[in-house]
Amino acid sequence: MPHSATLTLPGAQVAERIRAAVPAAVREVRDACVVLEPAAAFDAMRAARDDAVLDGKFLVQLCSVDMITSIDVVYHVASLAQNHIFQIKVPADHEHPEVPSVSPLWIGAWLQEREVYDLMGVRFAGHPSLTRLFLWDQFPGHPLRKDFMSMPGGQKSGLSQFPKQVAGQTGQEFRPKHPGSGT
Amino acid sequence: MPTTSEPVEVNIGPQHPSTHGVFRMVAKIDGERIVDAKMVVGYLHRSMEKLAEERTYTQNIPFTDRMDYLAAMTGNLGYCLSVEKLAGIEVPERAQYLRVIFSELQRVASHCMATGAFINDCGAWQTPVMYCFRDREKVLDLFEMTCGARLTTNYMRIGGVAFDIPDEFLPALDKLVNDDLPYRFEEYDQLLVGNEIIMMRARDVGVVTPELAINASLSGPMLRSAGIAWDIRKADPYCVYDRMTFDIPVGYNGDAYDRMLIRIEEMKQSLRIIRQAVHALPAGPHKTDVPLAIRPPVGEAYSRVESPKGELGFYVVSDGGPAPYRWHVRAPSLINLSVLKEMTVGKTIADAIVTLGSIDINVGELDR
Amino acid sequence: MTPALLTLITKHWYDIRDLSNLSHKIEQLIADAGGPHWLIYVVSAILGAGGIVSFIGGVAIINIWVERRVVGRMQSRLGPNRLGPFGLLQPVADAIKLMQKEVLQPRTAYGLIFTAAPIMFTVPGILLFAVLPWGRNMTLAHLDVGVLFLLAASSLGALAVFMAGYSSNNKYSLFGSMRVIAMLVSYEIPIVLALLGIVLFAGTMDLNGIVLFQAKYWAPMVMLQPLPFFIYFISVSAELNRTPADIAEAESEIVGGYHTEYSGMKFGLFYAAELINAVVVSAIISTVFLGGWWAYKLDELVPGWMIYIGKIYTVYFLFVWTRGTLPRFRVDQLLAFAWKWMTPMAILNIVLVAAEVLLWEQSGWSAGFVIPLYIAVNNALAVATIFAFMRLLAPKFERFPTRLRYYAGIDVPSLPAATAADTARTGVQAV
Repeated sequence: MPHSATLTLPGAQVAERIRAAVPAAVREVRDACVVLEPAAAFDAMRAARDDAVLDGKFLVQLCSVDMITSIDVVYHVASLAQNHIFQIKVPADHEHPEVPSVSPLWIGAWLQEREVYDLMGVRFAGHPSLTRLFLWDQFPGHPLRKDFMSMPGGQKSGLSQFPKQVAGQTGQEFRPKHPGSGT
Repeated sequence: MPTTSEPVEVNIGPQHPSTHGVFRMVAKIDGERIVDAKMVVGYLHRSMEKLAEERTYTQNIPFTDRMDYLAAMTGNLGYCLSVEKLAGIEVPERAQYLRVIFSELQRVASHCMATGAFINDCGAWQTPVMYCFRDREKVLDLFEMTCGARLTTNYMRIGGVAFDIPDEFLPALDKLVNDDLPYRFEEYDQLLVGNEIIMMRARDVGVVTPELAINASLSGPMLRSAGIAWDIRKADPYCVYDRMTFDIPVGYNGDAYDRMLIRIEEMKQSLRIIRQAVHALPAGPHKTDVPLAIRPPVGEAYSRVESPKGELGFYVVSDGGPAPYRWHVRAPSLINLSVLKEMTVGKTIADAIVTLGSIDINVGELDR
Repeated sequence: MTPALLTLITKHWYDIRDLSNLSHKIEQLIADAGGPHWLIYVVSAILGAGGIVSFIGGVAIINIWVERRVVGRMQSRLGPNRLGPFGLLQPVADAIKLMQKEVLQPRTAYGLIFTAAPIMFTVPGILLFAVLPWGRNMTLAHLDVGVLFLLAASSLGALAVFMAGYSSNNKYSLFGSMRVIAMLVSYEIPIVLALLGIVLFAGTMDLNGIVLFQAKYWAPMVMLQPLPFFIYFISVSAELNRTPADIAEAESEIVGGYHTEYSGMKFGLFYAAELINAVVVSAIISTVFLGGWWAYKLDELVPGWMIYIGKIYTVYFLFVWTRGTLPRFRVDQLLAFAWKWMTPMAILNIVLVAAEVLLWEQSGWSAGFVIPLYIAVNNALAVATIFAFMRLLAPKFERFPTRLRYYAGIDVPSLPAATAADTARTGVQAV
């Protein structure tokens, strides 16, 4: 039985199908991925899911990358029936990143979006319960950002050099208040 | 005066002999029925993705051991594949066959543990756990023979495998795969498959429909139990899986019992693959010459393997330096939990525990 | 020295065989010495009780080792093997450990009931030994209504469980004890009905009388009445909270159940009481179903109490064997089993036994004809009843489980996208 490898769809093909459904959604077409406008991202991804050619019913993964000028949310979407995979990126503003949530489209996204919110700080509009997943609620900041724990003088991060902004701060203020509950 | 009853909030976990690691579920129960379930994770969060940004690509391989610590080989393999895809490195034939052999041995070990723990959750006082551990010990002995470690093997390298197999490996593997394990799997067939009590506990418990499975991005035995024949080793073959003949077992019902059957069957298919790989193992180098701190070109790559828990994917972004710019792990344990609420609300606590056991989560991978 | 010892033993063999002779000798000594009348009763009571309690103590210690070692061997591992040869000193270590642990009591627990519960759990187990016959004349309290006393005293355990669970002031303990009490109360009924069948057949509630009945007709009750044996064995392993019915200690579910809050020797008492109860129940089964101290003329060679102890340990091994092999039932499955299977079977059995007894009395047939006939009929009917129940009542699951399908390549049908109905319970509504 011939074994097939999963085909990675080129960005141009994906962009063409998305443009056919939602014209203004595509911001940029790259070799292997499509960059969408955040405002139209939800409709564009619904089109990608329901389209007959793209058939993106399986969300493979959802993660975020801190490109210093923006925070990119990266989606890998696949079709199991037709055995292909394609990549979508949605860039968000770096200071206050906000992106529409795709959990109504793919249930598999709701936990991954909580993880992205927890570690990178991206808010997902329309998410049913956007709370932190791994870290406790009062954790200051979002660790995966490149400027988290970046200190003047190019010092390396380490627990003894936890950011001290106020004189007299010991770092114990960042411990969870109630050890058993994680808050 | 009318009597009312109030639902009570009960913690299942984080320390618990049955949940697979430090996983906590807060369940609102009314009598014996669960009314609402919420999961709290992060007890084992070690910020591996952030730590990886300050270590070279080779130094990150031990992190993958410790994520899914019960299936270290497939974790290593997935990571090395993604870096090799990014940097365009060719892996020699012998290394590919060795990778396949060790991945399948790791699958046997992990599924042994998963089956034993699942039946322990069904309540069988640890006897099946001991039986399954006995077989797992033999596999771990082989790992120790080759790379010195039983659990966190750190065996795959970028460009191949770390060590070539010693002389006593192949005879020991031959004895294990042809004499010991088939007999043990027959024992499992007789004791576990068709065991009425396990059927009563696990049939129609934790049911997943195919539409929900695809929508919730489930993978691994959970997806296959719902009736969808999808396996990365067949769909997107890596290493030399395209030259191997094996079947993928697929269930009908989508319940916990199907998943247990699938795991037992996958172990048997793994033995088939190992036999073919050993038969065709070529001579040659076990690793290409790759500099210790490789600098892949600027770009990104996503590659995936079929780990015993599901689809384990690694997304690596490189900026040309010796350390990855961003490294994300698509953890099957986390994503398989998207349907936890669907499967546990409205059922009893005992069923919830059986369901959790059948999903086979590993908290190291869930929390990273 | 040794020949003298041998002659001593053989000369007094009859005395050693039947320990009641020893107490008679002591009573005669006191009577001859002119002691008051009541002293004889007191001394014989103390001797009997002392003997039984030391047996219980020894059994509690030994069974810790037996249970762990045998279950370990069944699970293809060694079991305790570090302390002493074959791990025989393990119980000593366990006892010392439990005694030196700090006895914690939650501040909000009801102190008196909290302390009284383990004691109340242990005492019925010890009390039940009083009515069991160890030999032809060796019963501490020779009651005419021995079976009634057994059933009454063993019901006290349920109350102790409730005391433990409620006084701990802990919702896990309360849940655990509620489940256990539901189960205990449900299984009392099949026990009573099964023993009722035996009492009807033997014609007496006196336990020694039941043993003599079996001796007279040369047939242990397990051959004459297999269905009550089956019912009693299963119901009593539920009463003892042993696997497959040990939801009380379902560690993988609600941690400790009713004894979560107990530590130190109070927990040790619960643990020891469970072992003692197991031995008491094995003793009851050996007396009523297997013939007690009687074993087809063997009791002329070997002392009756030795035979009895051998039978107790055989039945105990059966309990340990089921524990090592079977997984655990869910609590609602257990209760369904008690009410839908055990109780109707026991009632049917009583009807059958009553008919048989009536037939025997009215017809005047000789015992040599009737007993083998009843053995054959009862066994056949027991098997038929069990099969009938299985056919009618068992949940319809596949006798041979549906095997999996095997695919040589991937094959994913193109399915429609999930709708809100599919995802209704996930908490996220699909669009």
